[in-house]
Amino acid sequence: MEQQLQQLKEEALTKIQEASTVKELNDVRVAYLGKKGPITDLLKGMGKLPAEERPKMGALVNVIREAVTESLEAKMIKLEEEAINAQLEKEAIDVTLPGRPAPTGNHHPLTRVVEEIEDFFISMGYEIAEGPEVEKDYYNFEALNLPKGHPARDMQDSFYISEEILLRTHTSPVQARTMEAKGGSAIKIICPGKVYRRDNDDATHSHQFTQIEGLVVGEDIRMSDLKGTLDLFAKKMFGAEREIRLRPSFFPFTEPSVEMDISCFKCGGDGCNVCKKTGWIEILGAGMVHPNVLKMAGYDPAVVTGFAFGMGPERIAMLKYGVEDIRHFYTNDVRFISQFHRTEA
Amino acid sequence: MLVSTKWLNKYVNINGINPADLAERITRSGIEVDSIIDRSLGMTNVVVGHVVECVKHPEADKLNICQVDVGEETTQIICGAPNVAQGQKVIVARPGAVLPGNFKIKKAKLRGEESNGMICSLQELGIEGKLVPKAYAEGIYVLPEDAVPGENALPLLGLDDTVLEFDLTPNRSDALSMLGVAYEVSAILSQGIALPEIDYPTATEKAEDLLKLRVDATVDNPMYVAKVVKNIKVAESPLWLQNALMASGVRPHNNVVDITNYVLMEYGQPLHAFDYDRLETGEIVVRHAEEGEVMTTLDDVERKLNSHNLVITNGKEPVALAGVMGGANSEVHDGTTTVVIESAYFAPSSVRRTSKEVGLRSDASTRFEKGVDPNRVQEAAERAAQLMAELAGGEVLAGSVIFDELDKTAERITISPDYINSRLGMKISMDEMLTILDRLRIPTQAINGQLVIDAPTRRQDLKIKEDIIEEIARMHGYDEIPKTLPVSESTPGGLTPYQAKRRIVRQFLEGAGLYQAVTYSLTSKAQAQAFALETAPVTELLMPMSEDRSVLRQSLVPHLLEAATYNVARRIDSVALYETGSVFLGEEEDGLPCEVEHVSAVLTGKWVDHAWQAETKKVDFYVVKGIVEGMMDLLGLLEGLSFEKAVIDGMHPGRTAAVLLNGERIGMIGQIHPTEQKKRDLKETYVMELNLERILSVETDELLYVPVPRFPSISRDIALVVASETSAGMLETIIRNAGGKLLKDVKLFDLYEGDKVEEGKKSLAFSMTYFDPERTLTDEEVVKAHEKVLKALTEEAGAQLRG
Repeated sequence: MEQQLQQLKEEALTKIQEASTVKELNDVRVAYLGKKGPITDLLKGMGKLPAEERPKMGALVNVIREAVTESLEAKMIKLEEEAINAQLEKEAIDVTLPGRPAPTGNHHPLTRVVEEIEDFFISMGYEIAEGPEVEKDYYNFEALNLPKGHPARDMQDSFYISEEILLRTHTSPVQARTMEAKGGSAIKIICPGKVYRRDNDDATHSHQFTQIEGLVVGEDIRMSDLKGTLDLFAKKMFGAEREIRLRPSFFPFTEPSVEMDISCFKCGGDGCNVCKKTGWIEILGAGMVHPNVLKMAGYDPAVVTGFAFGMGPERIAMLKYGVEDIRHFYTNDVRFISQFHRTEA
Repeated sequence: MLVSTKWLNKYVNINGINPADLAERITRSGIEVDSIIDRSLGMTNVVVGHVVECVKHPEADKLNICQVDVGEETTQIICGAPNVAQGQKVIVARPGAVLPGNFKIKKAKLRGEESNGMICSLQELGIEGKLVPKAYAEGIYVLPEDAVPGENALPLLGLDDTVLEFDLTPNRSDALSMLGVAYEVSAILSQGIALPEIDYPTATEKAEDLLKLRVDATVDNPMYVAKVVKNIKVAESPLWLQNALMASGVRPHNNVVDITNYVLMEYGQPLHAFDYDRLETGEIVVRHAEEGEVMTTLDDVERKLNSHNLVITNGKEPVALAGVMGGANSEVHDGTTTVVIESAYFAPSSVRRTSKEVGLRSDASTRFEKGVDPNRVQEAAERAAQLMAELAGGEVLAGSVIFDELDKTAERITISPDYINSRLGMKISMDEMLTILDRLRIPTQAINGQLVIDAPTRRQDLKIKEDIIEEIARMHGYDEIPKTLPVSESTPGGLTPYQAKRRIVRQFLEGAGLYQAVTYSLTSKAQAQAFALETAPVTELLMPMSEDRSVLRQSLVPHLLEAATYNVARRIDSVALYETGSVFLGEEEDGLPCEVEHVSAVLTGKWVDHAWQAETKKVDFYVVKGIVEGMMDLLGLLEGLSFEKAVIDGMHPGRTAAVLLNGERIGMIGQIHPTEQKKRDLKETYVMELNLERILSVETDELLYVPVPRFPSISRDIALVVASETSAGMLETIIRNAGGKLLKDVKLFDLYEGDKVEEGKKSLAFSMTYFDPERTLTDEEVVKAHEKVLKALTEEAGAQLRG
């Protein structure tokens, strides 16, 4: 019987080794360890053995059964692994095929610039103010110290709807309206929007374009506050290493008036084609709110002062992204707009 | 304004200062120098020549063989100019010379004859044709007889000069004169200034003996000065004067006209010279024109005048359009002997209006429009008289004929240094302020710690305290202003809910695959109301630049369609664009149109494009609808959203829906009409337009969390056969109404129209979810609810269960 058992074991182990699939191995398990298998048969036959042999034989059967089981399990793991590997190999794909496109769209470059500016000033405690694109002559000119017949009105040939109404030529009327509405209290606003001038459209002119302006009004607002604010803005918008310089200029609604240049972000100030070899790029106009403007809006210029600044997102986008023709912003060529997709930081 | 540094040097010593440095300093202190023009243009080897002999070329009609003394030798030069002649002093570019445009002069043979250089015109030296005196416009330039052969011709022609081009802001009209520039530069450099000394002999005869003056329009002409100069010899001006004018962008004519132009440039005071004899009456009357009165101006154009146009007359008829242009009838000509010099103050508004009306803007009118210096009117006339005596042999009659009611007092401004410093955020001492004002030659007294300033009339821009602050700051240097931030109560800042939601809408649409477009607000009359959600009277421009941009839009769709066409024409077949922008409707009480912000989109071509996995799908109605639904869901407005079939001009009648929010029409979606598509060279194209303002103005409830279900839900699917025209929306409404509170969700998951259902019928399959948050539903409860639904569908929509 012992011999029989040993033979059985050898036989089973050989079959286990020979099994090449999970199914074959399961057949081996059923064949040798199943209820109808030889080992079970042997155990059933134990009753016929003399009582003193039973423990010895029982132990032997168990040892054999364990050996077979162990071998089976080991083989099973191996076969399963092989099966998985085979499966994985079958499932392999060409990872270089193109991916399924996720929907994409993006801001128009002007919106991108405007929002970046808005967000900076929001972080500085500004609110965003908006106003009508069709304006009264009063808000567009008169309230801004540009009475009828003022020579500076020549600077901006306008689209009039009637004698008193026109398409706004700048976003400054929003400032005038805000000041009037605030009834003498402090103001910190940014005014973005579309504006219109009677220009023929060409590479550098557009009859419709965008402006973004800022206005701060309060007690003891100083010109140094304007400079400090613009300096932070320039560094945020064009890089931490930017320097600014102010040059005297003229706007009817500010006095003193300045223009702000930033050190060229392309060459760092050494002179290149972007800054026309000067090292500086003109970015915006600004100044201290003209006392007449404050007066007309109901502020006392002896007590309340303010500063204002304004710039053109088209110009900034053209400089920043190297766009050479302003008309690109209004033709809505998908090949143009879709380039302003990715982050820049 | 073109500023010749050579000319400027007469008043301020700028020798030894690099023009670029000077330009930088001028720019930094207030006047932008646009460009720096080196008039020599790098030319060399350009000398004076003397044409000793000039004969026709035997082989060429138009060429002359000249023997030219160029100082070190006499050499042969072939010249094609029609005006070359023996005895002339001319400009010679010698072999080796380089002329503007990198034109290299070499020895050459012309039709067999040697030519050692070139006799030059002024144009060949880089002077614009319109500035070259008419006599030499078509040929070579002839130098004065005293020019010395062999000498460098460039200094003689004033081409050893650098010109600064100023880009003047409207307030700095003081710098529209060389003297004004001199004041500015002397202040910047802390240098002295040498003003012209006016001193000339006068005749015993008085001007008033010859000329009478009457001013009728005293408001528009508060000051008029006339001087009379006799025995003038009209001739070419001396070279230095011609050079100065050409450097300033003015064409030389003759000495009389050139002198008036020179003084205009020098003083900023426009002058006019009349031929006394051609005036005929010995009288000048300044008045307004009669309505419809006619005069012929110097440019030989006959002009019909209005009653507000100011004219200078001889007592009978106009001889000049005041401040704008002289008349042809009184023009100085070669035979003129007696000249009347006019120097006047014409009201800026009057000149401005007239020059605009007649479309003439001259060096004179631009200065009058900005207001000339009241204190220079007389002086400029004297200066011109002096130059006419010196340069044209004139005999100046004593005194002037004057009308003068002009206020010439200086503006007094009192300001304290503290005030200046508090506005600038700086600490500039009073002494320094006084120094700066002194450099600017602005008379100032320090009285009780205050600066008491009498702003000079040449500086029309100095009127209020802030103007003085600017003077101090700009001369002190803006670089010296510290950088601070406003010290005020800190405010939170931020977007309004409307603005924040608008950003969310943009981000959603972009996330959905649309690119943001920006189109024009101005459109053509034909397009103004196309596709509009609502129409109102169109807002029209008074003076449009073109019909295409003559009125304001009432829908964003037409320009978005144009953008789609533009892209499709460039082989971009799939276009998905959106825009947020205003439309302009009618007129409100305050006269402004009602501006409403809309959001609009255009989609054409493929929506899903993943061809290698056979997943491509064209844009259709439901793509657009899904975008609208997704957007409204994001805004918390899905519940009130509904769609109903609509017929809208320009839209496909079977594929268009009105979009409703709580029953109110707020927009539309759909395919544009095939004829519109064809007209615009588009294939199947869908659009949407929504009243964004209406949508974003809805205040939505606070967002509150609903407990995540603890009990399972049960789903039941049904397939229904209904008449083809039955809408899915109606069936869904029936299901929702009948389902009771246990029915949580209904989803259409299949639509079938084809052979397997009866003709005129279609099959729709819905999936219904039943759920109770409090407990697990029993089968019986669900069956009961479901049966109610089926019953309602049968009864209300004639639906049959599909087997």
